[in-house]
Amino acid sequence: MAKHKTPLLDQLESGPWPSFVSDLKLEAAARAKNEKNVNYQIPVEVCEDLLGVLELSYNDGETHWKHGGIVGVFGYGGGVIGRYCDQPEAFPGVAHFHTVRVAQPTGKYYNTKFLRQLADIWDMRGSGLTNMHGSTGDIVFLGTTTPQLEEIFYELTHDLNVDLGGSGSNLRTPAACLGKSRCEYACYDTQAICYDMTMEFQDELHRPAFPYKFKFKFDGCPNSCVCALARSDFSVVGIWRDEIRIDQEAVAAYVGGEFAPNAGAHSGGNWGKFDIQSEVCDNCPSKCITYADGKLSINDKECVHCMHCINTMPRALMIGNDRGASILCGAKAPILDGPQLSSLLIPFIKVEEPFTEVKDVVENIWDWWMEEGKNRERLGETMRRMGFQKLLEVTNTKADARHVQEPRHNPYIFWKADEVDGPWERDVNEYRKRHQR
Amino acid sequence: MAFVSSGYNPEKPMEGRISDIGPRDFNEFLPPVLKNNFGQWKYHDILEPGILLHVAESGDEVYTVRCGTARLMSITLIREMCDIADAHCDGYLRFTTRNNVEFMVDSKDKCDGLVKDLRSRKFDGGSFKFPIGGTGAGVSNIVHTQGWVHCHTPATDASGTVKVIMDELFEEFTGHNMPAPVRIAVACCLNMCGACHCSDIAVVGIHRKPPLIDHEYLDNLCEIPLAVSACPTGAVRPSKVEVDGKSFKTVAIKEERCMYCGNCYTMCPSLPLSDKEGDGIALMVGGKVSNRISMPKFSKVVVAFIPNEPPRWPTLTKTVRKIVDVYKAEANKYERLGDWAERIGWERFFEKTGIEFTPHLIDDFRDPAYYTWRQSTQFKF
Repeated sequence: MAKHKTPLLDQLESGPWPSFVSDLKLEAAARAKNEKNVNYQIPVEVCEDLLGVLELSYNDGETHWKHGGIVGVFGYGGGVIGRYCDQPEAFPGVAHFHTVRVAQPTGKYYNTKFLRQLADIWDMRGSGLTNMHGSTGDIVFLGTTTPQLEEIFYELTHDLNVDLGGSGSNLRTPAACLGKSRCEYACYDTQAICYDMTMEFQDELHRPAFPYKFKFKFDGCPNSCVCALARSDFSVVGIWRDEIRIDQEAVAAYVGGEFAPNAGAHSGGNWGKFDIQSEVCDNCPSKCITYADGKLSINDKECVHCMHCINTMPRALMIGNDRGASILCGAKAPILDGPQLSSLLIPFIKVEEPFTEVKDVVENIWDWWMEEGKNRERLGETMRRMGFQKLLEVTNTKADARHVQEPRHNPYIFWKADEVDGPWERDVNEYRKRHQR
Repeated sequence: MAFVSSGYNPEKPMEGRISDIGPRDFNEFLPPVLKNNFGQWKYHDILEPGILLHVAESGDEVYTVRCGTARLMSITLIREMCDIADAHCDGYLRFTTRNNVEFMVDSKDKCDGLVKDLRSRKFDGGSFKFPIGGTGAGVSNIVHTQGWVHCHTPATDASGTVKVIMDELFEEFTGHNMPAPVRIAVACCLNMCGACHCSDIAVVGIHRKPPLIDHEYLDNLCEIPLAVSACPTGAVRPSKVEVDGKSFKTVAIKEERCMYCGNCYTMCPSLPLSDKEGDGIALMVGGKVSNRISMPKFSKVVVAFIPNEPPRWPTLTKTVRKIVDVYKAEANKYERLGDWAERIGWERFFEKTGIEFTPHLIDDFRDPAYYTWRQSTQFKF
């Protein structure tokens, strides 16, 4: 018998899509039964009470969670998000309902041993509810009490050899696409650099010293599966500099209908026979592909690396061999000054262990942003306030026409004294000898 | 419920303390077929929606079955995933950025057994535990936030809105029947945790009334200068008020300047702004992140407000369905929703979808607004 009646939430059990309400009830029942005799360290009815408080929100259209308090583990300034219910008497099981962010393995690969160990900790010391995963990428343990935080941290670090993720004004848990582990498009080892830089910057990740949050994301190619250039202050996107490799036999197989275009992505539509001219050549944004006399040719000098032809004919076209990444900076969601995408800073950089070149760029940016950034100002906002030229300066990057969509619309140009001939400091009386007052 | 110590001694927090060890090394968790062919993948095929085949230079194959999940999941369900992975996949599995779980096997036979197993599993309420899909030219799983389940600033729920939208678009998730991928995101407030601002369809919780001011408590709970500087439009200023003859340091809000972003509330709990009638959803469309064919772009607001209608948000799902259907009927192959809208012109988008264009849809936020107005006589009647 459920602790709270949830007539509104019950309506989310129907329909084909996995019902989180059914799942919550599953967990609530498992805790009530406690077949494994778990020594629950937080109230047994935590899932029941979460359903109860959520039903209340479904009734009154408002949230019942208060601001987070300052909770965490000793010596860290992030990784735990405090959360308290504003109806603790009615729902004591969720009176304290803190989140613990756990650093995820890059690419979100797991073995069942590790997952079960995580589940066991969270069974005993938390609500048994998770997010797999949070938006930034962490494993999210959803809901525990303050006394359990150090215990959870102790068990994670001692028994599972895993650490907390980031929160607050620090480096957030970096994330990468699955890269070379299962994708033919990866222009560099996204997982290796993501893991390496996560380890390198543990201090920045756990002890907030920044104006605001800072995110790295690593995409292996311009398809951008982890949305690096929309979601991270420092976006690394794989790219190649040389020729797209072509297998003419495979091209013929696509033209002849033996291979489905786009790996079969359109199998459910009535698109008719594959037409290489309209589907590949005409869709090329820089019109650098031609198909004539049964042969596909690409004018690679004009290619803008959009991935369309490669995505459409993955068996016939392969990324080039001279591979690296572009670095773009400053993406963020709308709060505070409106949304921003990352802007291109470094058109091409080699991404090879020990990744020193990439780290140098990051550290130069941090030195500047920590000096100049205002409280709660993301890198993208600092860039807008101070100008893109500043970012070029602090990262020792030479200005390049690739940096802009188009040159500036106004001649309000700042000049430095050493860029202009003749003396910068002048005497007005000297001037007046030539021009009467 | 006796307290059980992990071994941590609060008297000596530094004793035996382990810190700054980071995540586990991903190499520990790669299935053997991926480890053996790392960086050596040749091509891939989507055998049917949700089922991928990757072929390596060595000729090795890996079959991936992608299943949608609710982002909010219990350890009971995670343990069930582990059982599946133990039974079929040598104990390996992975999750995707868009909250799918992927099971990988190295042969077609194993894949068939795995698929059969996954399709047979349902929750007691009747919904699928592991619907297979989310690939190719279809609707992928929704990236979303916490909503009323766990967030202090939401203007709508996330888990509920996701559930009803995905119920509505289930055939689009399990099929390849769209012109191009359709990426949907739900953010329960303007903080937009997740890549909501660059999605084909973005559902965003918005507030529509200025914050309440808890004068008697504000000065004890917040740094007034922080609350003042938090406001992007300068609507918040320091102030004093008399309550029952007592004077309190507090703030005042210039209501006509407030755009209800909630940033002051994030800095100061004495400025709450959730409101049953005021809160609801703005619907945005036409964003993308991929560089394919066209450049990444932001989502644009096409419906300024949809009321919260829990538990099943009928107006929201009907509006999303309408947009998806018109896009599906009208767009060219490979053409993302935003590219289609730009090709036909936004005036046509509103005409074809039957969505009313209102003054709320014209940008008036700072400099970027001007660049969205039309400086041309090139338009359609």
